[in-house]
Amino acid sequence: MTIVVQSPGMFTTVQDLGRSRHGVQGVSRAGAADPLALRIGNRLLGNPDNTPALEMTLLGGSFEFPDGAQIVLTGARPAAHPVYQLIEINPGGTLRIGPLETGARCYLCIQGGIAVPLTAGSASAHILSGLGPPPLKKGDALAINAPQGKPIAKPVPAALTAYQKTLRVTRGPQAAQFDETAFYSAEFTVSTDSNRMGIRLEGPAVPTSQQGQMATEGVPLGAIQVPANGQPIILFVDQQTTGGYPKIANVITADIPSTAQLRPRDKIRFQLVTNLEAQTALRLQEELLNQL
Amino acid sequence: MFRYASDQSLFLDVPPSNTDLEALARIPGVVNLHPAYQSVLIVFNPFTTTHEAIEQAASLTASAPSHQPRRHEVPIHYNGPDLDSVAALHNLTRERVIELHASAQYTVAFLGFVPGFAYLAGLPATLHTPRLPSPRKIVPAGSLGIAGDQTGIYPLSTPGGWQLIGHTSVELFNPANTPMSLFQPGDHVRFIPQ
Repeated sequence: MTIVVQSPGMFTTVQDLGRSRHGVQGVSRAGAADPLALRIGNRLLGNPDNTPALEMTLLGGSFEFPDGAQIVLTGARPAAHPVYQLIEINPGGTLRIGPLETGARCYLCIQGGIAVPLTAGSASAHILSGLGPPPLKKGDALAINAPQGKPIAKPVPAALTAYQKTLRVTRGPQAAQFDETAFYSAEFTVSTDSNRMGIRLEGPAVPTSQQGQMATEGVPLGAIQVPANGQPIILFVDQQTTGGYPKIANVITADIPSTAQLRPRDKIRFQLVTNLEAQTALRLQEELLNQL
Repeated sequence: MFRYASDQSLFLDVPPSNTDLEALARIPGVVNLHPAYQSVLIVFNPFTTTHEAIEQAASLTASAPSHQPRRHEVPIHYNGPDLDSVAALHNLTRERVIELHASAQYTVAFLGFVPGFAYLAGLPATLHTPRLPSPRKIVPAGSLGIAGDQTGIYPLSTPGGWQLIGHTSVELFNPANTPMSLFQPGDHVRFIPQ
């Protein structure tokens, strides 16, 4: 079985849950920007969580299925199609996704999953390093694996599909260098210059309360760096592995899906939580997911 | 010794040369390590372990690397676009900059920033040089740069603010290789002018 790309959309890549263990080589995780949406789609299709799917950005593509397929769209909703519902594509049928309406990234999950060779243990495209398959282009034909399980018809808990514009964060390693009150009361605008490496924000410059020099150190997913111009950058799934800018905060793991769905020009805020609250939020999210 | 970084990571504040990265990577629940000069960021799976469990296990790991360092000799064409301005800045001739840079033995402190980028320690003090005021949008793969007290080669075409003094055609990063990067932390590097 195959899927033929008639039009790739704006930026479409193959993604699974990413690639660990290569940070020492300077290679970051990659993987689905919204791992929750990918896992939900795979569970609805009876696929293992890590099954590769297509991640479409802002404008989805058009895909022909010569042999038909069972698919589920998750994440941001396209104008013309439902999300979180099984869609049966007849042999020879074409799926035209078009613009996404409720967020930045939509996952086209297919029963059986996209079959691409693994590089360093993952099917994910990591653009900077060239690891994984390159972004899709017109005319590409991707193989689809044979189904491993059966689709399930279960409603997806609403809390798992409600993306937030207030991101919860824990304190960053250099938080004391900044006026944190100003940061948490400010509204930021997502820059058009955002991608899988980093989400750039525009807003009132975050004031520095003390001059700090720091050594280059490792940066985790969701770290919020503030360079000298005071405009924060959220380091995202294709991130650099180390950085020399101070970090005021770090997006909690449970809010990485909401971060993935931020669109250029969205207005966002940050809310400070404790590590315990961050872990509780993640556990609750996982318990809801496990209802599927 | 440990610092909180995020809900799925923490810093071990020791230089990578004083720890065993391979042993850290084997701690149950550890999914990634991001070493730097003075620290190792330990990323873990928050569903299977905690900050406390990682701290406990990491404090019991060895304080020396288990990796056997290798020696690399890298041919360099010292013809970078910033070679003349670096020479002028330090009041040296081009030839003297090349001689100084090629006479030192460098040690790979860590790989970071982008895939395969090795931060090399050991730049002679005479050559310590500030970054460019504004980074280049594209630095060609294989470019040899200096910044502050560091030197390094861009393995891939990326943006970058280091002053470029030379170029090599040696392949530094290839996803098909194991490990993917030619240089590994602790390795020794010498540059051979061509």
